[in-house]
Parts: sequence; C-alpha cells; structure tokens
Amino acid sequence: MSPDTPLQDPSASELELLSFYVGDHEYSVDIMSVREISGWTRTTSLPHSPPFVRGVINLRGTVLPVLDLALRLGLEANEPHERNVVVVVDLDGRTLGLRVDAVSDILSIPASAMQQPPEISADSAGSFLRALTIVDERMVRILDLEAVMPSNDEVAA
Amino acid sequence: MTISVLAVDDSRTMRDMITLALKNEDFHLHLAEDGVHGLEVLEETAPDVIITDINMPRLDGFGFIDAIRDRAASRHTPILVLTTESADELKTRARNAGATGWIVKPFAQDKLIRALRMVAG
Amino acid sequence: MSDPMQEIRASFFVECEELLENLFDAIQEMTEDPANKDTINIAFRAVHSIKGGAGAFQLDDLVAFAHQFETAMDMVRSDALEAGDTLVALFFRCGDMLSDLVRMSREGEDIDPDLYAPLIAELAECAGISLEEEEAEVDPADFQPMTLDLDLGADVDADFSFEDADFDAELAAILNDPPAAEIASDAPSGGGLSVHFAPKQSIFENGNEPLFLLRNLSDLSLCDIQLSFTPSQSFEQALDAPGLAWTLQLLDGDDEIAAREVFEFVDGLCELTIERTSPQTAPEPMASEADTQLIEVEAPKSSTPKPTSLPDPAPEDVPTAEVEPPSKPEPPAKEPKPASAKQSAPSATVRVDLDRIDRLVNLVGELVINQAMLSQSVLQAGLPKNTNISTGLDEFMQLTRDIQESVMMIRAQPVKSLFQRMSRIVREASAAVDKKVRLVTDGENTEIDKTVIERLADPLTHMIRNAVDHGLETSDQRLASGKSAEGVVRLTAAHRSGRVIIEISDDGSGINRPKVREIAVSKGLIHKDSKLTDSEIENLLFMPGFSTATEISNLSGRGVGMDVVKSAITALGGRISISSTDGKGTVFSISLPLTLAVLDGMVISVAGETLVVPLNAIAETLTLQPEIIERLGPETTVISVRDEFVPLFDLGVELGYRKPKPSYEGAIALLVVQEDGARSALVVDDIEDQRQVVIKGLQDSYGSVPGVAAATILGDGQIALILDAADLLGQATGRSRDLSTLEKAG
Repeated sequence: MSPDTPLQDPSASELELLSFYVGDHEYSVDIMSVREISGWTRTTSLPHSPPFVRGVINLRGTVLPVLDLALRLGLEANEPHERNVVVVVDLDGRTLGLRVDAVSDILSIPASAMQQPPEISADSAGSFLRALTIVDERMVRILDLEAVMPSNDEVAA
Repeated sequence: MTISVLAVDDSRTMRDMITLALKNEDFHLHLAEDGVHGLEVLEETAPDVIITDINMPRLDGFGFIDAIRDRAASRHTPILVLTTESADELKTRARNAGATGWIVKPFAQDKLIRALRMVAG
Repeated sequence: MSDPMQEIRASFFVECEELLENLFDAIQEMTEDPANKDTINIAFRAVHSIKGGAGAFQLDDLVAFAHQFETAMDMVRSDALEAGDTLVALFFRCGDMLSDLVRMSREGEDIDPDLYAPLIAELAECAGISLEEEEAEVDPADFQPMTLDLDLGADVDADFSFEDADFDAELAAILNDPPAAEIASDAPSGGGLSVHFAPKQSIFENGNEPLFLLRNLSDLSLCDIQLSFTPSQSFEQALDAPGLAWTLQLLDGDDEIAAREVFEFVDGLCELTIERTSPQTAPEPMASEADTQLIEVEAPKSSTPKPTSLPDPAPEDVPTAEVEPPSKPEPPAKEPKPASAKQSAPSATVRVDLDRIDRLVNLVGELVINQAMLSQSVLQAGLPKNTNISTGLDEFMQLTRDIQESVMMIRAQPVKSLFQRMSRIVREASAAVDKKVRLVTDGENTEIDKTVIERLADPLTHMIRNAVDHGLETSDQRLASGKSAEGVVRLTAAHRSGRVIIEISDDGSGINRPKVREIAVSKGLIHKDSKLTDSEIENLLFMPGFSTATEISNLSGRGVGMDVVKSAITALGGRISISSTDGKGTVFSISLPLTLAVLDGMVISVAGETLVVPLNAIAETLTLQPEIIERLGPETTVISVRDEFVPLFDLGVELGYRKPKPSYEGAIALLVVQEDGARSALVVDDIEDQRQVVIKGLQDSYGSVPGVAAATILGDGQIALILDAADLLGQATGRSRDLSTLEKAG
C-alpha cells in the first residue's frame, strides 16, 4: 500500500444486508438490525389496529407485534402461509416482527453501489426506502426501518 | 503480615465504610452486627484487633468489651472503640471498660489505619 | 465500576429507611410504655446511626439535627428527662423532620437550617439545655469530613516489615531504617525531641503493646533508643510498674504533635515526658533515677540482651529474612499492597437488584406457561391417565406453582413502611384540622408486592386524610355524642384467601346518606327519583366528580376524589368497598392481589379470538333470555337485570373484530361493574376457563391499545389479550348514548 492511498476500513464501506421477498419484489434490511428470523405462527389480533398490524405473537415468552410488510408498503398482500417467516428487527430498543414471504439472501454491498431511490410520488412504497442497489442484475430495495416502524399515531385507531 | 480485624457495628453504613477503608490494605476483615454476633465471630476467628461500636442492640460495646476481656484468649487483644464524640468522658469510660483506644466517627481512612497500626503493629 | 463511596452512600440511605422505621416503632411504643429502657435505646441507636453515617458523607444538617435529637433521647435514657406525652409528641415531629432531612439529603436538595431550627430549639428547651452551650459542645472537629484516599495506603506501613522478627532485631532495624526523608531533612527548626516512656502495669490490661508504640514512633525522625530497667523495690511496686523505660531521641522537634499522638491511647497508663531538646544537645540518657541500669541499644548492633520482662513478647527467633528477603535490601517498595481485606459478612439478608428479581419472575412466568403447554401436548397425545408421564406432569405442575409463589414472595414486603407513612399523615392531618386523632395499626407485617405498596401510598394518604377530615367529628361533637374526645383511625392489613385486605376505618359519625344522595342529585349523577340502597348511596362516593365536603378544607380539597382512589386501586387489580354505620363510623375495605405479575382472569373467546377478562371486573355471568333483551334504538340494546336496565355491548364489535349480530338471544354476557358503579353487559361467544394468568406488558413493544390492559400467554403458546373493561366501556359509552343511569320506572 502506497502512502498516498487513503486508508479504508472495509467494514465501513460495505453494508451487509438480509434480503427477502415480499410478493415478487426483493427487499432488504441492514443485517445489524435483524435480531432473528422466526417461523410464521398465528397472530393474536389487536383491536382497532390498522390493517398492516397483523397482531402479536409469542416469541419465546415475549409479546412481539408483527407487521405485514406487504400491507405496510402498500402492496397487495397474500394470505399468510406457513412457509412465511417473521423477520425480527430491533430499532432504538423497539422490537418488531415483519412478515415476509421468504428470506432470500445475505448480501455484502459496497457503499458506492447504493443509489438514492428515485422520488416517485405515485409509489407509496417509495417513502419506506433508504436506497436501491443492483445485485446480480436484480434490483434490491433497502428498507428504511425507521419509516417502517409505525408511529404511535399510526397504531392508535 | 496481614492483621486480622474484627469490626462490630450495627450500622451497615459503618461496616461498609470500614470495609472500604481497609480494602487494598493488608488487613483481613471480619464483620459482626452486634456484641453477641461479635463474640461468635471472635471465637471463630481470633482476630488481632477488634473495632467496636458502643450503641448496639442485644449486647452493647461495653458489655462486648467485658466479655472479650473475660476470655483468656482475648484478654490482651487490642480493642478500638468507635465513637461519635471525642468527649473525654467517653474515652475514660471506654478505657475503664478495657478498651485500648478509640476512633472518632466519621473517621478518615488514614486515621483508622494508623490507630490499628498503633495497637496491633 | 462505580465509585465505592457512592455505593455506600446509596446503601446508607437504604439503611436510613430501616432506621427510621425502627425509630417510629420505638416512639410509638413509648406512647404505650414510656418507662421501657429497651425502647428508648432502640430509638436512640437509630438516630445515632443516622448521625454517624451522615457525618461520613458531610451531611451537616442531618448531623446537626440528629445530634440534638439524640441528645434529648440520651437524657431520657439516663432518666434526666421523662418521656411524657409532650416529649413523645415532639419526638414524633422530630422523627418526621429527620425523615424529611434524610430524603432531602438523599436527593441532594439544599437544606435551609431554618427548616429544622425551631425543632432544635424545642428539643433544647425540653432538655433544659441552652442552645449556645450545646452548640459549643458540638465540636466541629468531631465531624471532620471523611477523606478516603485509597492510594494513601502505600505509605502507611511501608517502613514496617519486621512484624514477626525478634525484638532486638526489630529495635535495631527500626534504627537501621529510619525514614530517609526525615534524615535528609535540614536542621530542624525546633531542635530535637526527647521522649521518655515508662509503661505502668495497667497498660497491658487494656491490650496495649509498647512495642507497637515504639515502632510507630520510629516512623518519625528517630535516631536513638535507650532501654532502661529499674528493678522493683517491692512486690507491690513491681505490680504497678514493670520497671522498664525507654528514652527515645528524635531529630526533629516538629514531630512533637505526632509523637504525642502515638501515645494518645496510653495517656495515664504510663509515665510519659516529651521534651524539646536544643539542636546542639546530644541525646542524653535518662539519668534521674539512682539505680537505673542502662542497656544501650545502638544502631545497627543487634546483639543486645533481650528484655525478658515484657509480658507479651513478640514471637521469638523469626529470622528477619523470612519477611524481608535478603535479595531485597531496600525498604519494601512503596506500592499498594494487594487487596487482602477479605470479609466474612453476616449473611442474614442478601441485597438483590430489583431487576434481577424481575428477571426471575419473568423466567418463572415462562416456566408456568411452558408447563401448561407441555400438559396440553400430553393431553392431546391421548396418553391415558395414571401413566408415569401424567403423574410426573402433575408433580411438575405443583412444583412450578410452588416456585412461582416463592418467587413472587421475593418481591413482597411488609406493609409496615407504608403504615408508618400513614401515621405521619394522621399526625399532620389531625394537627391541620385541630382534632385529636389516634392511629391504630394492625397486621403491619402482612406482605404484599413492592410495587403495590409503592402505588398504594397515594390512595391511602388520601383516604386517611379523608378519615381525619370528614370521617371523624370534632372533639366537641364527639363528647356531645358520648364518645371520647380522641378519634380513632384504624389501619389494618391481613391475608385473606390469596389476597391482601387493607381496611381503613374511623369511629366517626358514619356517612350522611341523605346528604350524599342530595349532592349526587344536585350534580346530576343520579335521577332525583332513583331508588338506591344504602350501599348504592355509599358507592356514589366513588363516582367521578363527587365530593362531600361542603366547604373545601385545606386537607382534602385537592381536587382528588374517591374516584381517583378507586381507579388507583383498580389499576392494581384491586377492589374497594365501603360500609358505614350511623354514629359508629365508616370502613373502607381494599382487596388486593398479592402480586402484580399474575392475575385471576376469566378466559373467554369472541370472534375467534381468545381473551382474558380480569375477574375483579366481573360481577356475574348471564345467558341472555329473550325476555330480558330490549332493543332501544337501531344500534343499541339493553337488558333488564333485576329491574335495572343495563346497556349491552358486543365485545367482538367493540374490539373491532366483527359486525353486530342480528340477535343476541341465548348469547353469553359478562356483567361488568365499572368504576362509577355503573354496570354493563359484555357479550362473548364462550367462557372457556377461569384461571391465573401471567401478565405480559404490551406497551413496551407496541404502545397502549384501547381496551387492552396487557397480554398473557396461554397453554397453547398463543397470546391472549387481557381486557381493560373500564377503558373499553369508557370508550364504548362515549360512542353511544349513556344508558347506565336510566331507570326502568323513570
């Protein structure tokens, strides 16, 4: 390494992502915020909750709220299937389950390969995106978890 | 040489204080909560020096010192009395009861250690 | 790691709480048995210990007040003062002040000495001691701030390393190893110091050891030691004085104070002279006594004869090398010694972080759920009864329950601290309204969950104030109705069938029902023609916005009504009831669960969902016969229960799970009693079970859900929501007409 090469920490320049399918689309989240992946179980509905709140499940003794990611993103949701999974994510101490159709891959994406999502107002899913990237000629959407997490106003009916 | 110390006080704070003051020093500390408890620990541990409070439930400091001096094994064991007053009267009383010296609460760590060294080497 | 002094400080304040509890107990007992010495001793010790600890943390106000308090108690202790009613009342107020000062000190609040100065003056007056005199006696030196310099230890004993060495060798070594700094110091300003020390026999009776004194002295600028021996003239003389005397020369006359300090403990137990010598004066042997036989000990010789008359000689013939290896000729390195202050602390109680207990409580909750799931699986597997598996499972279930109960009890605490707070409320409240009131408590050792105790403080305070303010009559009124002038407020706690019952009663005039009714009518809470039973009238007190005070007193007029008390109790899973007898008084009875972690609930299903309804909300269950159902409007239905119309709510609809059914004939309904006494019927599909459930918070993970208090995990691993009936119905009545007070006749 020549002295004038800027020192780079490889971990800082790459983002590890967990990708999964929601319908036909591939989405991903920062793997650092994923706590675990759990199989689909029947949820207990919460009264007066918005449709994208599936309800709560028992995650080893704790009460875990589960969102239907498709509905949350404004996509068409299919009926829950037993092969669906719940991606358990942590954000600022809040833990939440996201129902997705199936987990796809773990990806290492260089920071330079991230693209700002185009601002298309017609697509309501756009506001939940942090970035886009292309992996093996597939487009992978990187979710902005903060936007995905429902605010208190959103859940209170 | 490690000096073994028996400290008897019904106040947890005081016991904690003594523990902290003697931590990192060459003392082996035993604690008791009152005179009766102190006598039990005394028999088990045969300390080199005893620190005792005066106002304690069950058996107070004076009674405790009497009992210590009554036992052959501890007849000459140095005893330091913990007191909040530096009044001469209390010192005289303590000495008449058989105490070796006294420590005025609240004590500084160096004072406590010096008093212990003074009577126990 | 956190600052050890901070930890001790925190634990000091915990100890203060215990000490204050002891103090109040003792003062209370003094009212009954003023002559009991043990009682006053306990009170004295409590204040004394608070003062002792406070001194260590420079809590000067606390020290100053505790000192005065303690002085008065000490006089009672020594019979110089009599513990009469006035004095005991003063002690109570001083105890309250001490509690306040402890709390303020803990919170680090600024304390204005004027706050406690009047009480100090009162104490001084009672004790007949002038304040000036007393102030002079509080020697500020007694309360020197404690300086715990933990690095200091390195120097303290660094010059001593010959602990077990031969006496001769030690003396030699002392001279061999004078502190370098002292030797090197310039010509001392005040010349040298000559110390003559001749112990009396009595010095040994107090456990003193002259050797240690000399060794401590050698820490100073010692340059010469001479030991002299004077044979006794008679047996009697020998008994009093062993005849040994030491004369020590110190280079630095400025060491005088330090030298005197060395002999502090043996003052009066020896002949001691400490004199300054001029810098030119050579050390002089003691020559005053005729028959003195001199034994000169000179550094660095080590062949001097041993003194044999020491009663308690150090162990002999231990080579110096054993302590001080020859390879290290220098003085011991001035480094901190390794930690060796081990301790064998008394182990009657263990202090445990509350978080750890909560974790344990949670884990046991898991265990209970797991056990239930296991039982269900075994049942589903169709195993016959009486197999090893089912009997083993039964035992497992029993054990799990036992463990759960034991774990819950870890969080339990006696209600005593709470009751003591109430005794203070009674003292303050009775003084404020100028009534003579005595608080009688019973069952102080009844244990209940710590959180319940904490959350009971406010409602109890309010009820006690009410009892003093409204419940009890004035002394004149009492005397007029043939009662004693002193009113009695009784506060009791007891365990009854798995719950804790707390009762607050007074021996006042009882509830004025016509007046309560009148107020309720005037405030539009009830219809003026309503036919209410005595009990129903009494329960009007719990309705929001109700207050019986015709004039707002400074005590109860705080905008807090009994409705707030009731919601606080309900929030704890408790129930409150009232009963009153004319002229005899009023009793409030609170029934509470032992713990907040479990709840007695009815497991129901509605619209395919399983829910738990707290049992304390359910008055009864009904099957809706066609004849009791009456349609009121297009969307509202009432049912008739014992001549009263009760609004009907479909739980499934209220929760947003389904649309209203066309007919509710034959449906099952729970009759739910709301906080204001109004009743409602909640339609459910089925009642499955009645059982204890472990409460799981929902708010942390999701936020509050309307109509839902919490969640629990059922035997099949599914989550069931725990209904907050009051909240649900509060919102439900808000969405439709308020039907709860409609009368069939009206």
